[in-house]
Amino acid sequence: MKKFLLASAATALCATSAFAGSHAEEIKIGIILGFTGPIESLTPSMGDGAELAITEVSESGLLLGGSKVTAVRGDSTCIDAAAATSVAEQQITADGVKAIMGADCSGVTGAILQNVALANGIVMISPSATSPGLSHNNNEDEGLFFRTAPSDARQGVVMTDVLMDLGINEVAVTYTNNDYGKGLADSFQAAFEAAGGKVTINAAHEDGKADYSAEIGALAAAGGERLVVAGYVDQGGSGIVRAALDTGAFDTFHFPDGMISSALTENFGAEIDGSSGQHPAPSDELAANFAALVDGAFDASSPFTPESYDAAALIMLAMQAAGSSESADFKGKVMDVANAPGEPIQAGELAKALQILADGGEIDYVGATGVELVGPGEAAGTYREVKFEGGEELTAGRR
Amino acid sequence: MIDLLNALAVLANFVIMPALAYGSQLALGALGVTLIYGILRFSNFAHGDTMAFGAMATILVTWALQAQGVTLGPLPTALLALPFGIFATCLLLLATDRLVYRFYREQKAAPVILVIVSMGVMFVMNGLVRFIIGVDDQNFADGARFLISAREFRELTGLREGLAIKSTAVITVVVAVLVVAALFWFLNKTRTGKSMRAFSDNEDLALLSGINPERVVAITWIIVAALATTAGVLYGLDKTFKPFTYFQLLLPIFAAAIVGGLGSPIGAIAGGFVIAFSEVTITYAFKRFAGYLLPEAWEPDGLVQLLSTDYKFAVSFAILIIVLLFRPTGLFQGKTA
Repeated sequence: MKKFLLASAATALCATSAFAGSHAEEIKIGIILGFTGPIESLTPSMGDGAELAITEVSESGLLLGGSKVTAVRGDSTCIDAAAATSVAEQQITADGVKAIMGADCSGVTGAILQNVALANGIVMISPSATSPGLSHNNNEDEGLFFRTAPSDARQGVVMTDVLMDLGINEVAVTYTNNDYGKGLADSFQAAFEAAGGKVTINAAHEDGKADYSAEIGALAAAGGERLVVAGYVDQGGSGIVRAALDTGAFDTFHFPDGMISSALTENFGAEIDGSSGQHPAPSDELAANFAALVDGAFDASSPFTPESYDAAALIMLAMQAAGSSESADFKGKVMDVANAPGEPIQAGELAKALQILADGGEIDYVGATGVELVGPGEAAGTYREVKFEGGEELTAGRR
Repeated sequence: MIDLLNALAVLANFVIMPALAYGSQLALGALGVTLIYGILRFSNFAHGDTMAFGAMATILVTWALQAQGVTLGPLPTALLALPFGIFATCLLLLATDRLVYRFYREQKAAPVILVIVSMGVMFVMNGLVRFIIGVDDQNFADGARFLISAREFRELTGLREGLAIKSTAVITVVVAVLVVAALFWFLNKTRTGKSMRAFSDNEDLALLSGINPERVVAITWIIVAALATTAGVLYGLDKTFKPFTYFQLLLPIFAAAIVGGLGSPIGAIAGGFVIAFSEVTITYAFKRFAGYLLPEAWEPDGLVQLLSTDYKFAVSFAILIIVLLFRPTGLFQGKTA
């Protein structure tokens, strides 16, 4: 009896919401990020970034005839696929979210996509999952998955260009033993070898371990002009660099995005002079524009925060373009609003974009990171090339 | 001849020096574990975090000293701060014993209960260290980093291969030797040491001959505090201080203590070096080493690596299993394992 009551109540609820769908409605968007876990220091401002876009749209009153949008936060934990899946399941079935801004880490993002989003036909736009494994080139994602962060396959190509331009043809590679590290190291090796370079060794290291002399011994034996460290600066990556410098195995390094941080120069200072690196970062004008929009409410330059704003904005703009908040209707519109042709839309101009779309026009969303979706719906990305001189990290260019 | 020297330099730089330093750190840690096992009769899971606490206390004092402008010249200031760190750790361990372990000792609790209790203590200490100093890397090493750096060695000897000798590695080995010598002298020559060994060998007989058990326990904790703090500080000086890595250090330390034979101090030292050397040598790529020794035509193309470094932990555990299968009491006849 109790179940019957519950079922009828639920049916009634569904019926009313379906009925309300024809007019202004309340649209819920799930924000699933690792608010606890290894990247808990990054996620608060990522969540704030996404909510900034949501507030901007709600206050404009222009989305789908004055619909309000609310955010529902959930914890992906970054590492626990089971926890992330159940949060997504709950958001879709109990809270009734129409789309998900998330998740963050590649592993949990893949788990939510496979287990929940595909089954329920819900669009996901991730601001920070970078594993090449998430590039669904054969439509395995049924057109539901997008990301505003570039795939690491792209970073592998950029990294190859940077090293080749420096005249370096032979490198050793070490990576942190997870989806991110392995994906990046493998895509780099493929790109580097295709460009005629030689990878002498491609070996994993575990994070948080006591001693890295065995790893450095193997890397040094293989040799190379430079050591590529595809790890985390506050984890094993720094341990590897320390051991390499101490034994004199390598003097210069190349650092991908996980290693680029102020902690790197704090730890090593002038010892890593002559090293190089790159990480995805929007151009200075876009960054300044976004910082002005945020106006100190949270850290606008924190990694993946502008990407989060863009991910949430794309969801809502696609809804407007499709004239519907249902994933099945607007999933095809995400690429249209993100790319040319159309009126370029900067961060903070969402109201203007909604108006143009309502009037039947076209937009080319630029946003906080210069969004350009390529291939199976992932950002092409701009990379900042860095060099280390005199114990400081300097911008060497953009690619 | 030059080739032979080059080969030796490569081996010393990438295998012998790092393994010696790492082995000394493991040996000091394993000595603490083995003493607790021998005298208090349980495996102390909180040992890794005791090391972290001792290192943390030492770091705080080091910073205070550095702020006052006190340094030891070429030696790290942390050595000067070490006694203060040991004192703080003594207080912590004695308080823990008073508040937690004594209760279970009076109950004559089974060792397995004490192991679980020590796990609880581990989590509390874990939190305490993070609460006081945070979870991030802390750098507190100062003084000269190298006795001789790889580049200086190359220029000095004219060899193609460098051999870096880190001052922290040398300090680690020297301090470890001194501490071990002092410990053995204490256990074998002093009255208190003898009473501790008697207590460890046969508790009832020791009680009958008038040894005060509480005193033995307290002295054990004090020695363990000194060993753990020294190990923790040396490790932090040589690598880096991060609370999480101390927790991870627990596994190789236990492997070292068990391989050597739990309860046997000599075994703990041997075990530390066996684990450290096997981790490094079995996963070392001997390509460059072989390249110098073999005639050119035989020079290997591959890395000449027995196992990929991914498996270095598998190596220590394989040794552990082999020892337990064929010599269940460890290499040096510990109590049981």
